[in-house]
Amino acid sequence: MNSNIWVLTSANAVTIATTLILAALGALFTERAGVLNLGVEGILLTSAISSFLAADSSGSIWVGLAVGAAVGALLAGVHATLTVVLRANQIVSGLALVIFGTGLANFLGKPAEGKTVATIIKPMTFGPLTRIPVLGPIVFEHDIITYGTIALAIGSAWYLFRTRPGLELRAVGDDPATVDAQGLSVARIRIRYTLLGGALIGLGGSWLMLAQSAAWHQAATTNGIGWIALALVVFAGWHPVRLIFGAVLFGFCLRLPFTLQAEQITFIPSAFMQMLPYVATLIALIALSRPGSKNLRGAPKSLGNPFVRDER
Amino acid sequence: MTNTSHEVVKGPHHSGDAAPIALSAHSITKRFPGVLANDSVDFDVRTGEVHTLLGENGAGKSTLAAMLCGLYQPDSGYLLRNGQQISLSSPRAGLQHGIAMVHQHFRLVERFSVAENVVLGSRNLSFTLNRKSIDEKVAAVAESYGLPIDPSAIVGDLSVGQRQRVEIVKALYQGAEILLLDEPTAVLVPAEVEKLFENVHAMTAAGKSIVFISHKLGEVVEISDRVTVLRGGRVTGHVSGRGSTDTKELARLMVGRDINLSTQRASHATGHEVLQIREVSLKSEGVDILSHITFNVHEGEMVGIAGVAGNGQRELADTIAGLISPTTGTISIGGNMTTDRGPIAAREHGLAYVPEDRLGMGLVPSMSILDNLLLTRDRHIVVDRASVRPEANRLIEQFEIKANDADHVARKLSGGNAQKVLLARELSGGRAATKLLVVCSPTRGLDVGAIETVRRLLDDARSAGQAILLISEDLDEIMSLADRILVLYRGAIVHETKGEAAQLATVGAAMAGLNTEGAA
Ligand SMILES: Nc1ncnc2c1ncn2[C@@H]1O[C@H](COP(=O)(O)OP(=O)(O)O)[C@@H](O)[C@H]1O
Ligand SMILES: [Mg+2]
Repeated sequence: MNSNIWVLTSANAVTIATTLILAALGALFTERAGVLNLGVEGILLTSAISSFLAADSSGSIWVGLAVGAAVGALLAGVHATLTVVLRANQIVSGLALVIFGTGLANFLGKPAEGKTVATIIKPMTFGPLTRIPVLGPIVFEHDIITYGTIALAIGSAWYLFRTRPGLELRAVGDDPATVDAQGLSVARIRIRYTLLGGALIGLGGSWLMLAQSAAWHQAATTNGIGWIALALVVFAGWHPVRLIFGAVLFGFCLRLPFTLQAEQITFIPSAFMQMLPYVATLIALIALSRPGSKNLRGAPKSLGNPFVRDER
Repeated sequence: MTNTSHEVVKGPHHSGDAAPIALSAHSITKRFPGVLANDSVDFDVRTGEVHTLLGENGAGKSTLAAMLCGLYQPDSGYLLRNGQQISLSSPRAGLQHGIAMVHQHFRLVERFSVAENVVLGSRNLSFTLNRKSIDEKVAAVAESYGLPIDPSAIVGDLSVGQRQRVEIVKALYQGAEILLLDEPTAVLVPAEVEKLFENVHAMTAAGKSIVFISHKLGEVVEISDRVTVLRGGRVTGHVSGRGSTDTKELARLMVGRDINLSTQRASHATGHEVLQIREVSLKSEGVDILSHITFNVHEGEMVGIAGVAGNGQRELADTIAGLISPTTGTISIGGNMTTDRGPIAAREHGLAYVPEDRLGMGLVPSMSILDNLLLTRDRHIVVDRASVRPEANRLIEQFEIKANDADHVARKLSGGNAQKVLLARELSGGRAATKLLVVCSPTRGLDVGAIETVRRLLDDARSAGQAILLISEDLDEIMSLADRILVLYRGAIVHETKGEAAQLATVGAAMAGLNTEGAA
């Protein structure tokens, strides 16, 4: 068997992991504030097509990315308004966002069908480093967003665990009444991180569109990555750095069927191979969310609960 | 001051009348849906004194304190801080005026360290957290008031008394001059109460003002410079002078009538063993939750399990109820082995269970009283409400449940009435006639009238020959009701004594893990 397949798959895994990390990081910030946003898939799709249209009409990838992030924040703003301000059920609102986002994306995507983005994000070059066998293509052949995303995840861990706002964010997710008694606004913190989370998810969707797909395939553009991102947050125990490893692992599962197909390795039917990431998600979730599982210790204690001051 | 209140002045003030008034509230009124929680209440606290708010559950003490610190806003009335009118729109505004409250339910993030909890929300905290420097700062504040505390300990690992100390240090760290302590002793064992009182003295000596909230007369007399009594949201009296106060008078002001919470202990002979627990141990993730528990409860006997929350009480109750299987050991009810047989088997052999969490485990909040009753009755595929309705109506009457009818939704009942519904269901028998009643914290959070009823119901059940296991953190309750007291500490029974022979100090020490004399 060609060892290149595995190098290629690994390199591709890192690439696809970028979207996963961005989306999962967005979900992680939201959840750390105690808000569950199940609408990731919907946000990914809507921001993907928005970024496509924006990049297409402006001719600038950066405009596309910015618009995608803004659209993500906008949709998350709807979720925040419903769940934090109006205290609607977070699960219902999140699921509604998936349906709404998917429908909206398909509608917006009508004119984009069959088109490709003119310019796509190019990988950075590190000269001789890229030519190192195995390591070169896996580590040194990605675009700036991928490197930025990994740096962002590491920076997020620092922010969460080593800064004052990070302390307040974790406190809101665990025990909003305590934060409220300290005179900080629970609602403001929750809204802030839900918006930030939406922007990160939106950025992930835009990057997926502009750097990877380059063409709009409706819901197949994201192919359920939003749900995997949500699972990834649990997998990582709500820790941003562990997110990176999880994302690469899932990225590998997602890419494997394609490389195997390209190499015409067909002893396993491709339909089965394509199930791999989703089966892996299921297994990981079931294994990790048993009661008493160490992974769940990072779970924000009041995740999913609206905060009402007078409730004793 | 209202017409109904009166002044009883006794002895000289300790802090002296000269001390200026630090904070005062004037004709404060606060209404919640259906309740007048505070009815033109006047209250003030001087610099360096302990002024106690005394009153039964539901008297409006916490509500008043919440308005003094900015958590709630009064419907009418106003506050003066050092003679200046202030309005507190939030707890933060309260803190800015040097007012902080230590809540009945601690406001601490369990996963955070002590120091992180103390500095949380603090304004003058740099963007990046320097663990070492915040640890040092917090330790310094704690030490200056003689409150020993390990700043890097995780709050979730601390005892209740230590957590309370964290809350007090937090308030002091934030520059509080006036501390509102809401029922600080409710969760403490006697030795910890003493420690707390030392800390209170250290704080008043340093010029802090303390508003102390309690419904326990003995300690109120010990700690207070002045006492204001609240009943039904109104001030019913003021008493001044430490130590020389007449507790009978305070009790009358507090309750409004003579009330008898003491019950007869079983004078009658007790019968067969109904509950037999043999060598029950429970391990979870390698931690011993219960270890080698062995005891019996007889017909017509009430056994009290005393202990500080989290020493295995809840697990013991759940194990008896068949909700948890013990790791080793056996349980039998009425001579029938129920170990590992699940909750239905336990109930079929005559168990009735009133869990601590009334609206969580006890009742389904969104269902009616009737449907809640149906839960433990024999069930058929088609629900037959009509057949149970007469019984439901009879129980509502018999247990004095304040509800419109049997279709009243459980969530909308007050704590006392929810508890009565639960007791009504459990005591009236379901799958089998009740032989054993396991009750956890049955009067927690109830007002005095409901406490009286609940205790009487338990007493009646005992007289009727039922075996009762009373699990409660309220030591006074156990001391006044139980025929036999077992103390649970870290999952083991460390002390056993007869109810009438029980000494508060010995039982309290056992609860704190200080002595193991008389170990079972
Ligand atoms: N947030 C609230 N919403 C509705 N009713 C409340 C609320 N807080 C308190 N009450 C009611 O106000 C009354 C006084 O309560 P509280 O101040 O907690 O009494 P205490 O602290 O003296 O036990 C009680 O009848 C209680 O049920
Ligand atoms: Mg209270």
